[in-house]
Amino acid sequence: MSEIVSKTILQIKEGLKKREYSALEVTDAFISASECNKKLNFYNTFTKEKALEMAKTSQSRIDSGEDKILDGIPIAIKDLFCTEGTLTTASSKILGNFIPNYESTVTQNLWDAGAIMLGKVGCDEFAMGSSNETSFFGEVINPWSKVINKNLSPGGSSGGSAAVVSAGAALAATGTDTGGSIRQPAAFCGVTGIKPTYGRCSRWGIIAFASSLDQAGPITKTVNDSALMLNVMSGFDPKDSTSANKNTPDFLKACGNFNLKNLKVGIPKEYQISGMSSEIINLWETGYGWLKDRGADIIEVSLPHTKYALPTYYVIAPAEASSNLARYDGVKYGYRNSQNHLDDLYANTRADGFGNEVKRRILIGTYVLSAGYYDAYYRKAQRVRNLIIQDFNKVFKDVDVILTPTTPSAAFEVGSQQDPISMYMNDVFTVPASLAGLPAMSVPSGLSTNGLPLGLQIIGKQFDEENVLKVASNIEDQAKFPFLN
Amino acid sequence: MEKFLIHGEKDDYEIVVGLEVHAQVNSQSKLFSGSSTNFGSKPNENVSLVDAAMPGMLPVINEFCIKQAIKSGLGLNAKINKFSVFDRKNYFYADLPQGYQISQYSDPIVGEGTVEINFPDGATKKIGIERIHLEQDAGKSLHDQHPSKSYIDLNRSGVALMEIVSKPDISSPEEAGAYIKKIRSILRYLGTCDGNMEQGSLRCDVNVSVKKDGDPLGIRCEIKNLNSVRFVMQAITTEANRQVEEIENGNEIIQETRLFDAVKSETRPMRSKENAHDYRYFPDPDLIPLVLTDEYINNIKISLPSLPDQIRKNLVDNYGVSEYDASVISEEKEISDYFFLASKGRDGKLVSNWLTTELFGSLNKNNLKIEDSPISPEQLGELVDFISDGTISGRIAKDVFAEMFETKKNPSKVIDETGLKQISSSDDLIPMIERVISNNLDKVDEYKNGKEQLFGFFVGQVMKESSGKANPKLVNQLLKEKLN
Amino acid sequence: MPIDKDTVSKVSNLARIKINNNQLEKISKELEAVMGWIDSLSEVETSGIEPVANVTGQKLPLREDKVTDGGYSDKILNNAPEKEGGFFVVPKVIE
Repeated sequence: MSEIVSKTILQIKEGLKKREYSALEVTDAFISASECNKKLNFYNTFTKEKALEMAKTSQSRIDSGEDKILDGIPIAIKDLFCTEGTLTTASSKILGNFIPNYESTVTQNLWDAGAIMLGKVGCDEFAMGSSNETSFFGEVINPWSKVINKNLSPGGSSGGSAAVVSAGAALAATGTDTGGSIRQPAAFCGVTGIKPTYGRCSRWGIIAFASSLDQAGPITKTVNDSALMLNVMSGFDPKDSTSANKNTPDFLKACGNFNLKNLKVGIPKEYQISGMSSEIINLWETGYGWLKDRGADIIEVSLPHTKYALPTYYVIAPAEASSNLARYDGVKYGYRNSQNHLDDLYANTRADGFGNEVKRRILIGTYVLSAGYYDAYYRKAQRVRNLIIQDFNKVFKDVDVILTPTTPSAAFEVGSQQDPISMYMNDVFTVPASLAGLPAMSVPSGLSTNGLPLGLQIIGKQFDEENVLKVASNIEDQAKFPFLN
Repeated sequence: MEKFLIHGEKDDYEIVVGLEVHAQVNSQSKLFSGSSTNFGSKPNENVSLVDAAMPGMLPVINEFCIKQAIKSGLGLNAKINKFSVFDRKNYFYADLPQGYQISQYSDPIVGEGTVEINFPDGATKKIGIERIHLEQDAGKSLHDQHPSKSYIDLNRSGVALMEIVSKPDISSPEEAGAYIKKIRSILRYLGTCDGNMEQGSLRCDVNVSVKKDGDPLGIRCEIKNLNSVRFVMQAITTEANRQVEEIENGNEIIQETRLFDAVKSETRPMRSKENAHDYRYFPDPDLIPLVLTDEYINNIKISLPSLPDQIRKNLVDNYGVSEYDASVISEEKEISDYFFLASKGRDGKLVSNWLTTELFGSLNKNNLKIEDSPISPEQLGELVDFISDGTISGRIAKDVFAEMFETKKNPSKVIDETGLKQISSSDDLIPMIERVISNNLDKVDEYKNGKEQLFGFFVGQVMKESSGKANPKLVNQLLKEKLN
Repeated sequence: MPIDKDTVSKVSNLARIKINNNQLEKISKELEAVMGWIDSLSEVETSGIEPVANVTGQKLPLREDKVTDGGYSDKILNNAPEKEGGFFVVPKVIE
């Protein structure tokens, strides 16, 4: 395989600048890498022709010296971002034929910066899942599967995004994270992923799962590349009322500083959950050891409501989803199961059009909002959410970042987790930061005993992605993670 | 006022009515999107991606609509809530593309207020306002285009509505009518809603229940989508009668949503609402609560125009207009504007008489609104001037008025052209009087012999001689001199 | 909290998702398991704690009242499963 695909964005930028290869050659290399990996099922829609066309435009800008920050960089887009003229399905049958005539703000920012679209990668249906198995188009396979010769889940929901980067079939991918959907697959696939502060990236044009939690972010091989992608993806958007009206700092500047003197790192004791494997505990200890070596203060902290984060999340996210997904009714777009009566049309369209996990969450969400249960579940969860936020606020008076494992285990085999609740437990470490809207990042930090990637998570203060990136790049530097490609 | 009662076969029943007025905010663009609110466009033309609930679309609120809701609240003497929340009201309907309506539930932008309604006899009654909230309108379903299909037009989808909810203080169809008229009048003065009921800018849902005197509140039914004052009044009467009949037949009233059929003069249950009892309101996570400052509210408060109640009082106290005329003139901003222009520096009482009798009469006869009056306020004022200074008599003035209405000419021109000017000089009148006397010497004798009632005959003859233009007062005086 | 078949029926009707009768039992058990797990929230003392609906800490952004959008009914109807004469089309609704 071409050497190009093992490079990072920054390296490719350098090579393009020095004319070592053209944008077209780079794009070709990643197209071939995708085509060689067909069995990994990355793409719902592969847009090869469009990629080559965009590469040409990129190259002409490079040639005329008017190149933009991501010119010549082929990336994959989670099939949750609406892309004008390109099928956008949310990996659901109900949107199986939906071609938007608008472009999401985040992807528009990327195209405006010269990035090249390889296609729309698979994800859990409507981003609801932690394994990619809820996709109507079949799960993406974790490229690390070859290490143990079993089909491994790439995680989810942004499993396709993490897998395609891990396999060296794209330089970066967009993801979205509602309760861990960037961080968990990044950890499972041995790549880097950041969920920025809620509000940092516009949600406009991203198919909604749970509006108060959904946040876009990049998945890349390296921390530097994530910072660069985030520079482009972020920014205030007047079309999103929850978008942060804040300037985007140069995140790249936060990376590569290997002196952590005066930096305080919190280790939350509640994240030492019962039954957690020793390899995860070891990884965690190694991780904060590295930071200590670089001069950071390691402080044990307490986030007492941590264990309520998952149940809180599984009230709030389904509640919002039950309403957000009401628009998929077979009237305006998407799949329709035609019937003689409108209510039958709705009920059959939605019964056929949604998969089981999506239906389960819609039912849970409908239930917790319905008369008689609203206070006991929905309002209660909103109050507990407040307590979780208060926990973080208290801790962040004393520390700059919090370090935790990203997941309680390495990637699992496809089909091995049948029980919804044990599946939900995958997000036990990622959900609290989501509920608080905080920036959080997963960095590949080591391998499990059977040779699968493990990630560490860095959680930062609201709008303090810089310290998160700074710590992440220190871990990256010391972990010397053996990337697949 | 006499208590309004429904006389059943067995008992008398009071009615209890609460009204929800849906008033369209007169904004250019929609509540949460930049598409037009224009009426009468081609189907789905005024629809944005947001209005059609395309995947990933998000609402951004129109500030003008917030200001208009605050203004309306202030105009209804209501409390403005500095903290309000936009909620989602979840239900499925063909013309509700999002599967939810963005509305306000537990924290509306406007809280309690009051409005005073007026009756023709000058009586008033205070009706409580429960709340006003902002919400999105739905689209429109057309059911009569195809035998087995409904057609959906989303042009109205997302248009800003103010839902003005009254307390159940209304106890007769007349009160309901007066209430709607007053709300409409106030909103039109404020300029927050054009009040056009035919185009649906103002629609009502009516909650009706009946009870015997002294009993607790009965079960209420909601009658949806009434688009005229007349229909509201008819629907209340029809529904209240139905409920009384049900009760007297020993049936229970079921709380439900009903439709009013004006042709059949009946209400019937609304099938599409059967399953929609649980709206699962929750705060819209795409929006943030609206927080207002005192300064923001005060800036709106100081810009409020005069409202009908103030204007009515002003008309009575400072212009000498009768209570009844004052309430008629103050009801519509266009009419009071007309009045104030016409009465500038003039006798307000006289102007109001001419406005409410002659002008209204002619406008009604010709089916014209005051904005389309062929006689401008200035022209009406001038006409009144000619009456006041004796240039023309009141009777002649009616002819002048008719000519003005017909030709749009100024009164001075009409008077000049037709020679309708009043004859007020003795020099002109004495020859006429002398002619009348010499032509009626026998009657003069009778008069002089004591038949004094003949005086009127002589006045009439002189008026006839002058083609009605003689100043009657002067004729009286001169005749008396001549005959005695 | 036990979730019986009637509750599942009611909820699925509100959500407009058809569930066949032979599925009701299975789904009610699944939901009951999830809700049972969620019920741990009742342990948390939340009196005096405000519910949180959003975490932006920002003010609601306001838009100017200008017509900036719409006027493309073809785009709106582009993906419609059934349309005619500029309208979306659904089975006849009886009001």
